[in-house]
Amino acid sequence: MSTHLVSMTVNGIERHARVEPRKTLADFLRDDCRLTGTHLGCEHGVCGACTVMIDGRATRSCLVFAVQTEGGRVTTVEGLAPDGELNPVQAAFEAEHGLQCGFCTPGFVVSATALLERNPSPTDDEIREGLSGNLCRCTGYQGILRAVHRAAQSMGARQS
Amino acid sequence: MKPAPFEYHAPTTVDEVTGLLASHGGEAKVLAGGQSLVPMLNLRLARFEALVDIGRVDALRTVARVNGHLRIGSMVRQCDVEESAEIGAAVPLLARATPHIGHFQIRSRGTVGGSIAHADPAAEYPAVALALDADLEIAGPSGTRAVTASTFFTGTWATVLEADEVLIAVRFPVWGEESGFAVDEVARRHGDFALAGTAVGIQLRAGVVVRAAIALFGLASTPVRAAAAEAALVGSAVAGLDLVGIGHAAVAGLDPPEDLHASSALRRRIGAATVTRALGRALEEAGVA
Repeated sequence: MSTHLVSMTVNGIERHARVEPRKTLADFLRDDCRLTGTHLGCEHGVCGACTVMIDGRATRSCLVFAVQTEGGRVTTVEGLAPDGELNPVQAAFEAEHGLQCGFCTPGFVVSATALLERNPSPTDDEIREGLSGNLCRCTGYQGILRAVHRAAQSMGARQS
Repeated sequence: MKPAPFEYHAPTTVDEVTGLLASHGGEAKVLAGGQSLVPMLNLRLARFEALVDIGRVDALRTVARVNGHLRIGSMVRQCDVEESAEIGAAVPLLARATPHIGHFQIRSRGTVGGSIAHADPAAEYPAVALALDADLEIAGPSGTRAVTASTFFTGTWATVLEADEVLIAVRFPVWGEESGFAVDEVARRHGDFALAGTAVGIQLRAGVVVRAAIALFGLASTPVRAAAAEAALVGSAVAGLDLVGIGHAAVAGLDPPEDLHASSALRRRIGAATVTRALGRALEEAGVA
């Protein structure tokens, strides 16, 4: 089995590993980087639990092979709050009961973060569309919707 | 790890890509954005001896005006189409189709060429290419050739691409003034493949339709042009057009596929409705312009 040496920046830290080409970025993050915040649900691009940022864009890490990300810059949910505190999106999910079991939450937090970067004050419809690629099976989406609104408000207040 | 093992190549030139494809004798597959291919690999619906990743071929990322066309490299990503003012102005139909594709997390990776080469019959970009009579530039071991979209698609997930060929660019004709464009589709959930949909381009002169392009998707094994409806439109005054009738005419004679999501008859009815709605919006835009 041929393997490839891959190098990429994950949450600001240079990571190297020798991997089979068929190893997805999600498995690379979980197995080789020990960053298990990125969750794997469906593993074929439907559920969104594995969403991470690659070079600043929210992406399904189960639909990208680690070798494709050679030289890239990856941010996982662990990298969104590097100082160990909740960032505004995470705090809003807690405050608005945007999570119950928490399995889908890393994907939602990354997608919501990407959404708010592009659109700092989204409408209900824009939030629904932005999060339509993430599935939650227990919390219900109303709390998540409220959480994104709250995060938008607190981030806007912080900037002004 | 879910996919079966494969060799991985990441060439940086088109010549290397075609050389690698040829050297694997039909057992290699081109990997572009991977948003259709990787799910199929993960589910082991497909397996290949090798993947040839074209993501590092810089020449496939360019966008340029060439002889009345906008030439878009096959590795231009769908998120780039969404954000490009140049593409939005020159090929509005492509820009308007884009938000219908998957979710923004899919469009971060998905590409123009990948969607067209994958040739899903319910996908938006193949229908846009067909509606606009785009030319598809294909590179192979013995050079490049251009194929019109009307001859490119041969069936579900099937095209004229040979195993040692790669789609390198798509040339979309740039329409002139008094044009209008619209995409309309119905999907069970936002981001799903459409049950049926329509991509429309209309051009007017003094209130009369001078150019009509209607491509339907999800209604056959390939995207199809509604040629009879187009012919009925051209030469007609906008005032008094029976858009509902044209919608029904556009799907007459089609025998859409049937599955658990929709019967053949339902797909045909949805198809007719999407034609009516898309035409209405395209005509409105063309008239306002």
